[in-house]
Amino acid sequence: MTGDTAPAYDVAIIGGGPAGLSAAVELKRLGVASVVVIEREREAGGIPRHCGHYPFGMREFSRVLRGPDYAARLVERALRVGVEIRTRVSVTSLKPGPQIDVSSPDGLATIRARRVLVATGVREKTRAARLIGGTKPSGVLSTGALQGLVYLDGLKPFSRPVILGTELVSFSALLTCRHAGIKPVAMIEPNARITAWRASRLLPGALGVPLMLGASITRIEGRAQVEAVEVADRSGRTSRIEADGVIVTGQFLPEASLLRDSHLAVDSMSGGPCVDQFFRLSDPAYFAAGNLLRPVETAGWCWAEGRAAARMIAGSLAGTLPEPTPRAGLALMGDALKYVVPQRLVAASGAPRTLQVRVRRPARGTLSVVVSGQNLWSQRIDALPERRILIPLDRLPIDLNGPVHIVFAEDKA
Amino acid sequence: MSRSHAQSGFDVAVVGAGVVGCAIARRFTLEGAKMIVLEKAPDILDGASKGNSGILHTGFDAPCGSLEQSCIASGYSEYLDIRERLGLPLIRSGALVLAWTEEEEARLPELMQQARDNGVGDVEALTSDEILRREPNLSRRVRAGFCVPREFIIDPWSAPHAYLLQALTNGAELRRECEVLAGQFDGSAWRLETSAGEIAATCVINAAGLYGDLVDQTLRGVSDFHIRPRKGQFVVYDKAAAGLVKSILLPVPSATTKGIVVCRTAFGNLLVGPTAEEQTARDEAVLVPETLAQLQERGTQIVPALSDIEVSAIYAGLRPATEFKDYQIRAHREINLITVGGIRSTGLSSALGIARHVFSQYLELGHAPHALTDPIWPTVAQISEAGERSWQTPCNDGVVCHCERVTRAEIEAALEGPLAPGSFAGLKRKTRVTMGRCQGFYCSAELARLTKDRLKHPMSGAPDDR
Repeated sequence: MTGDTAPAYDVAIIGGGPAGLSAAVELKRLGVASVVVIEREREAGGIPRHCGHYPFGMREFSRVLRGPDYAARLVERALRVGVEIRTRVSVTSLKPGPQIDVSSPDGLATIRARRVLVATGVREKTRAARLIGGTKPSGVLSTGALQGLVYLDGLKPFSRPVILGTELVSFSALLTCRHAGIKPVAMIEPNARITAWRASRLLPGALGVPLMLGASITRIEGRAQVEAVEVADRSGRTSRIEADGVIVTGQFLPEASLLRDSHLAVDSMSGGPCVDQFFRLSDPAYFAAGNLLRPVETAGWCWAEGRAAARMIAGSLAGTLPEPTPRAGLALMGDALKYVVPQRLVAASGAPRTLQVRVRRPARGTLSVVVSGQNLWSQRIDALPERRILIPLDRLPIDLNGPVHIVFAEDKA
Repeated sequence: MSRSHAQSGFDVAVVGAGVVGCAIARRFTLEGAKMIVLEKAPDILDGASKGNSGILHTGFDAPCGSLEQSCIASGYSEYLDIRERLGLPLIRSGALVLAWTEEEEARLPELMQQARDNGVGDVEALTSDEILRREPNLSRRVRAGFCVPREFIIDPWSAPHAYLLQALTNGAELRRECEVLAGQFDGSAWRLETSAGEIAATCVINAAGLYGDLVDQTLRGVSDFHIRPRKGQFVVYDKAAAGLVKSILLPVPSATTKGIVVCRTAFGNLLVGPTAEEQTARDEAVLVPETLAQLQERGTQIVPALSDIEVSAIYAGLRPATEFKDYQIRAHREINLITVGGIRSTGLSSALGIARHVFSQYLELGHAPHALTDPIWPTVAQISEAGERSWQTPCNDGVVCHCERVTRAEIEAALEGPLAPGSFAGLKRKTRVTMGRCQGFYCSAELARLTKDRLKHPMSGAPDDR
């Protein structure tokens, strides 16, 4: 008997969204023989499956697609090149080996693979995690839940909700409402500026939705269904908006609960796994890509990241990837900084990549990379939360003899 | 009371299907009474019973000689006796009573003596080193404490579900959306006018919880107590937190409250709460962000590693406190009415004991039913982390709610049977769907599909109530 311990697959990919599917296709293209994608939903495709609006697919298919069509194409392409997609299989634990324990409709099973890519994506921060007060009526939904109900089931959970947040996903929620004939009564943003790119600022106006900046929801009212929300401005003055729903959008968090329960190291700053510049986790047989790495990027970005990670995994299988040690940790200095990904650098050439940095609040200042007291790179930034900041890693002559500091010197207000 | 009369109606109508009403329905059914349970909400456990901390208390800190203490003691031992036959979980966590200040430390000997006086003789004093050896993730600021080895964690919903299910399986009836509006006692029996028609019963038991005084006023014209709803807010941490503490962590209690508890749940989460806030509203427990943040801070003071773990749920419950300290259980002999009021805070632990106590009062009223010789013992679905879950077994038909790992088979089973939910909130209490870290982000659409045309009150979105 060899079946008990021999890996059944070269690579097992957990999560069939854009990152997982693009990695699977790229692995096949690079000649990796057996690749399986493990997906817990009934269909692979990930979040775009229920984003029934444009624009998806420019980078991947050179055309503008709706989310569900984009997801279907990703799946179709993976199946065409011989990727095995196992749906309705939930991973319950990650173990050294690598070994993956799963639950399927038939019960428990174990999957062994030579390498594992974790691409479990993100979810929105809930009303509970934001400690929003008031009662707990029906009609308080995340964008994800709203889109599932509207696009997958044709339901209309409310008709006059407020939208909390102004990230890209908040505008996605707005479009979803329009699709379903739902008329939001306000868009509420705690910061003084809109979070998504300025162009989208036109959108709520164009759709006749008042935008309230510097305001937060302090209380949700209603017994069975939401009846109103109490909104406070920066001075603490409150007003009451009648609404029958609240869409709590964005503030994405990596869906990292599997990692937290495992032997793999998690970064408390990003909420995702600790990775090096080769997408490699603390157990070098495990890799990660897509929004699990950090909240949050577009589907196209995740798709590209999946493809890049696939090349590293292929290299790892071929024995050409640099050793995971020695490595240096990256340290953040400046309290506006929220995270940096990767969190670790291996002393190796190749792997042309970037460091991804984000801020936790709107901030202006100078961002630098400092190694052993020496400033290697600097740039002025005017940053908002949830917006991408990139440091080009390939141009940094990083000497890993000393700690690497990402320093953000904020302008004095 | 003659059996012939009861044939035209019920022996006993219980008003209120909280944990106490469910336990009374079970006890009386097993003793041979023909029972009906009247609940005004679309689902059972919709009042005080939906927001407790899920602890099976020994009653070590209850007032000595109180009715509460004796009901907790007998309820506790009956739960241990029957739980396996009904499929109910038990997590043998034990509890630690912790002193964080000099004043609290000074009160420990007195509390330990009270425990021994209450028949909880196995309490044991612990130094801070001993406490930290047991609970290495606890803040090093802890001064001293004692352990109560037989305080356990249970599932606050499956227990009352099982009690009522056993009653129903053995012949009791349940009417939901059935509010008692008026009632006449004609000298031998009651005619209750309800929102769902007239119901005849020889005896009425008022177990209306937060509405106990109002139901007494409706039926007797007067109430011996006033309900003073006491709100308790909780924060619940995600699964990663449950591994941080083994024991139930109790503070030194004050005169009015047991204080803020840090405790694993039967479902593998960790809760911090409750607060104790008096209010007048009986039907609305408002969450206050500042208070929730304080609870989070308190949790982090006790278990510092909590600062790194996300809050997965927030909720508030109302306890039916009164102006009295003890339970208000009284038989009104002349009108065949037993009032079971003021069951504040300890009802989950004491319900089975209360049911026995109330049944003894019923016998004193002159009733003499014949106990069932061979009652049926149905089991409830096992949804706690204490035993094997559906997702771990074949034929589960796939996981739907990924955070709480609730399978399609579990949801389908919950939607059938005598206790099939009437609302989405009821389904949540039976299965835990959408109660995990994503609060319905992933599974709302699938749930809408599964419950379509199967709930009397369909989900309009993903209801966020508990």
